[in-house]
Amino acid sequence: MNDMRLIERAVDMDDIKISARDVQVYYGDNHAIKDVNVDIQDKTVTAFIGPSGCGKSTFLRCLNRMNDTIDICRVEGDIHLDGEDINDKRVDPVQLRAKVGMVFQKPNPFPKSIYDNAAYGPKIHGMAKNKAELDEIVERALRRGAIWDEVKDRLDAPGTGLSGGQQQRLCIARAVATEPEVLLMDEPCSALDPIATAQVEELIDELRQNYSVVIVTHSMQQAARVSQKTAFFHLGNLVEYDETGKIFTNPEDERTESYITGRIG
Amino acid sequence: MTDATAHTTPEPGSKSSILTVDPHTAKRHAAEGRFKIYGIIAICIGLFFLAALLIAIVSNGTRAFTQTRVVLEIPLVAAEIEAAEAYIVKTSKYNDLVGEALTGAMSDAGIETEMEPKELLMMLSGSAGANFRNFVLENPDAVGGSHQFEFLASSRVDGYLKGRVTREALVDDKNLDAAHLDLVDQMREAGLVERSFNWDFIFGADASESRPEAAGIGVSMLGSFFMMLVVLAFALPIGIAASIYLEEFAPQNRFTDLIEVNIANLAAVPSIVFGILGLAVFIQVMHLPQSAPLVGGLTLTLMTLPTIVISTRASLKSVPPSIRDAALGVGASKMQAVFHHVLPLAMPGILTGTIIGLAQALGETAPLLLIGMVGFIASNPPDGLASGFLDPNSAMPAQIYEWAKRADPAYYERAWGGIIILLLFLMTMNIIAILLRRKFERRW
Repeated sequence: MNDMRLIERAVDMDDIKISARDVQVYYGDNHAIKDVNVDIQDKTVTAFIGPSGCGKSTFLRCLNRMNDTIDICRVEGDIHLDGEDINDKRVDPVQLRAKVGMVFQKPNPFPKSIYDNAAYGPKIHGMAKNKAELDEIVERALRRGAIWDEVKDRLDAPGTGLSGGQQQRLCIARAVATEPEVLLMDEPCSALDPIATAQVEELIDELRQNYSVVIVTHSMQQAARVSQKTAFFHLGNLVEYDETGKIFTNPEDERTESYITGRIG
Repeated sequence: MTDATAHTTPEPGSKSSILTVDPHTAKRHAAEGRFKIYGIIAICIGLFFLAALLIAIVSNGTRAFTQTRVVLEIPLVAAEIEAAEAYIVKTSKYNDLVGEALTGAMSDAGIETEMEPKELLMMLSGSAGANFRNFVLENPDAVGGSHQFEFLASSRVDGYLKGRVTREALVDDKNLDAAHLDLVDQMREAGLVERSFNWDFIFGADASESRPEAAGIGVSMLGSFFMMLVVLAFALPIGIAASIYLEEFAPQNRFTDLIEVNIANLAAVPSIVFGILGLAVFIQVMHLPQSAPLVGGLTLTLMTLPTIVISTRASLKSVPPSIRDAALGVGASKMQAVFHHVLPLAMPGILTGTIIGLAQALGETAPLLLIGMVGFIASNPPDGLASGFLDPNSAMPAQIYEWAKRADPAYYERAWGGIIILLLFLMTMNIIAILLRRKFERRW
């Protein structure tokens, strides 16, 4: 298993999707992210781990400019998506977010029908010319979200009426419906029970076929289970970024070792 | 180890049984009990005043909804009508005809009196002759036959039958005396006098000070209605647009903080201040017509705006930020996130706030004092939209105020009746607000 992953990684190595250089984030006077350099590969699951408040979610939100919505937040440094600067003046964050989808910590389906949840993104981006095409997109998204079989008979039911795990998979389906290239997941399983977590993790592994997935998680086991590469954040610094196997078995930095063995964090 | 010893050897006296209540706990229970009693007393006082208010309103006001009428069959003789029309003060001749008919009807019913027709007419409303003439002018074909009229009884007669006017009270009255009341008793037995529901009070116009029996609240109700249209047309879009901008788009800085504080303060500004502002801006500067519902509505808009802005912002704030994140996360623009997701969820709160603001505006009197919507006798219902907005009119609360300060106690009764109608409107609006809130909240 591990060997197979190594082979995959070798293939992926030259295919860098997002590259971040010298990224700094300030909340008012608070320097939240310091000098982060990271290359995120295509068709790979990258996990961000670290203690609470270490800035991993903040950094994740830089990748699709969700931090723009926070007034006091200021981002410096270069983040390139396929070689293009996402903080360029010409970049419309709305377009960027269609390419870099996001799934949030708490399942947050719109209080609308399941169908409307999945159809909303494609609708506003004008991806479907007619109802039949939209139906097709919705079905494909829900299938990719691994929730189609459970909801296909009740697409008109409200998305908020689903269970927590189903809601989160619906949110993933909603995010993939716009055909993003990167999927950002901010602790997608923290509000879910172990069974739902397993379903979502399985789904993340499948999504790797088509997308570059970046997942923030508090659970080191989860990072070890789903990711190929892991980045460890501590106090706003990116301490170590390497293959998941290496981080968890033979970390270079002392702080990483302390964290994964439970001495800090 | 030290813990264990501490548990095994408790100090004497510290050991307690849960079967007995220690003094400290008993004290706390007593305090709780006292607090509950205070609360119940407070609620009882509140309920007592509410009950007193309702009893006062109902007992004083319901009488305004019935009206005594005198039923008279009057022959429409062409020669008499022509003679009356030839006279300069036409209604006086018609009054004489009514008086003769009344005398005739009374003697037919076997009621004996030595009073002149002129004196008998005192028992009818001053408008009887005019009503008669209006009927003749509207139905010229009826002349030659006869028609059964239901003339309004005078407010004294009406009040006597409602128990408001007594024989003792009439000693100093120059209109009626006790002998009239004896006649009224007999007339009632003979079926000449009847009491029926007073539709004219609800739909009619105000009347002059001497004819309280003819006064109605209908025209000022229309005035209130047109004002509410103006308030709705201005306050709702301006208020919602302002709050969406402030809540969702405006940058957080000193300037927006200042605006926020000012809006909160405006909501607490006495309404008479808005009245004088309306007078200065809409009438003295913009030269809009005085006493017009348009001006009243604009003034009330100024007063209602802060309420609407505050409640709209509160309901926008209560929409969880995760919904905004979700919409932005799939690439919605800020405006799409607000209009597709946030606004629909905030709608019940916005509607409730708006309706409560409207209800507040509907019951407001003070600003109307200053723009001349009080003291005006709203005698003609507006014909059409333009005259509804621009012709002088009154409003329900202003009309009630006007009636309450008139001398005749019959008007006092009307004022209470007007309050019942006003409260019915306010209750209806609040119920609509509650229903809307329920209806929309189920979807969420």
